[in-house]
Amino acid sequence: MTTTHTTSATQLPSVVQERQRRAKLRRNMFYLVLLAMGLVAPFVAYPVFLMKILCFALFACAFNLLLGYAGLLSFGHAAFLATGGYVTGYLLASYPGLTPELGILAGTLMATLLGVLFGVLSIRRQGIYFAMVTLALAQLMFFVFVQSSFTGGEDGLHGVPRGHLFGVIDLSSNLAMYYFVFAVFVFGFAVIQRTVHSPFGQVLKAIRENEPRAVSLGYNVDAYKLLAFVLSAALAGLAGSTKTVVFQLASLTDAHWHMSGEVILMTLLGGVGTLLGPLMGAGLVVSLQHLLAQSPLGNWVSVILGIIFVVCVLSFRSGIIGELAKMYRKNFK
Amino acid sequence: MTMIFGVPMAVFMGQLTLGLVNGAFYALLSLGLAVIFGLLKIVNFAHGAQYMLGAFAALLGFRYLGINYWLALILVPLVVGGCGMLMERFLLRRIAHLDHLYGLLLTFGLALIFEGTLINLFGVSGARYETPAILQGGLNLGFMFLPTYRAWVLVAALAMCLFTWFMIERTRLGAYLRAGTENSQLMQAFGVNVPLLITLTYGFGVGLAAFAGVLAAPLYPVSPTMGSSLLIVVFAVVVIGGMGSILGAILTGLGMGIIEGLTKVYYPEASNTVIFLVMILVLMLRPAGLFGKEA
Repeated sequence: MTTTHTTSATQLPSVVQERQRRAKLRRNMFYLVLLAMGLVAPFVAYPVFLMKILCFALFACAFNLLLGYAGLLSFGHAAFLATGGYVTGYLLASYPGLTPELGILAGTLMATLLGVLFGVLSIRRQGIYFAMVTLALAQLMFFVFVQSSFTGGEDGLHGVPRGHLFGVIDLSSNLAMYYFVFAVFVFGFAVIQRTVHSPFGQVLKAIRENEPRAVSLGYNVDAYKLLAFVLSAALAGLAGSTKTVVFQLASLTDAHWHMSGEVILMTLLGGVGTLLGPLMGAGLVVSLQHLLAQSPLGNWVSVILGIIFVVCVLSFRSGIIGELAKMYRKNFK
Repeated sequence: MTMIFGVPMAVFMGQLTLGLVNGAFYALLSLGLAVIFGLLKIVNFAHGAQYMLGAFAALLGFRYLGINYWLALILVPLVVGGCGMLMERFLLRRIAHLDHLYGLLLTFGLALIFEGTLINLFGVSGARYETPAILQGGLNLGFMFLPTYRAWVLVAALAMCLFTWFMIERTRLGAYLRAGTENSQLMQAFGVNVPLLITLTYGFGVGLAAFAGVLAAPLYPVSPTMGSSLLIVVFAVVVIGGMGSILGAILTGLGMGIIEGLTKVYYPEASNTVIFLVMILVLMLRPAGLFGKEA
């Protein structure tokens, strides 16, 4: 008896380790395939369209970090997207010597600062109040953007130059621009992936599952939530800044509460709390908007998004990636 | 002419009345949100859309069915509230057992559907709803000119708030509602039909929004987007006041309306944002809200 016990006790960890190692290998292979697809994509599809998807995917991934892993539903993420976009757009348009990466850096920094401000205020309330506070703060920013002179008010900023990356690479070519955007997305995604699987990410999940218990275990819950919020805001700002460089404009659409709703929909449709869900959701929503805009149903976009919202909440809560993962687990394990 | 802090008395009083009227709408809408939140524990994101539907129902009822203002004031809340009950019965109930954030998302989706559909049917530019003849014109109070309709809105909204307070605090049905807010499972164990109570409560809250919509129809342009921007301000009002008490909701609503009105007099640039700034101040000093109980 004792011998079997000891052998199984020594064997078990190695079996588990082996399984984990294989899972990790599979995951890495999968990411490599995705990376390859991303590199080939601009030769298959229209690069500007792909860039739009990537910018919104980064935005949705940033949002998902907060909702999916910290359990915080922010209804004001449009403010960060718009702040990044406006600051970058303003700087690049007014200082022709400035290179795009510095403009994007500045936009991201401003969004991060705003994230600290919003975060400190909004994590004072929980659940539904958190959503309302973030929505109200974002609406405040919307009015600030409407009334400020640097944003161009109702007209927005147009003709922002793409410039030369690091002063060398000309971004006016869509292909060069695409690879830059792709690199930004991969960077953002890697940050999120790393965060989620770090001890910090584990604590976030603990807070999401049971906040009082996390408090009683001695974690400074507010500090964790704030850090997650700021990180999410920074990445949303990065998405906004990059988007401004790609499309050479920044407008109030990005600051409107519809945008905050759209990013929720992308995340929900793809799968809340899955790493790839927001990418999938952003791809679907952007493609849908693109298709509808050319069809006779063009005016019904917001109604159709609303219907998808309702259907998702009623019967599809894990999202596409979430449902696929469930099916995979049921059938292959 | 009398001056108050460097502003003519008439202008000051005029803006104060405007602020009070806006405040009455904030109060009515946040009251409806609070009633719904109390029992269903969801934030009704469709509240702004339902307010807008109330205004549109009054407009269309008058245009196509010849329903006059007074009849609309009674009928529209019943009809829109009835639609609300159907929404609760067939949609919200299916997700009642889940995290309450899903309720917020579902009602958000519904708000998008309502708003988008009406934009397609009627466009974004507002339509005018004629003020009923009796309420046209105004009173000259000597120190100011008081438009009759605004005075009526103030009276009607406050009467409705009072009626709601009476219903909840002084009737048997209201006692059920309060008990259900405390512990709905225990209520059900005592033999009260809680699902029906929930449906009625949601219908009542939606009816309040539709009532506010009818009141607003002669005052503001009736447009599909009239509800959404108002709702965000109402959310801020709710955060400021907390959803704990009915009186709190009414007082906060009126108070915020007055603050907004006065800002229009003294610093018009900030009139859109002042309520959000007050919200930030309250969050810093008293995170639970002025009348809030939860931490």
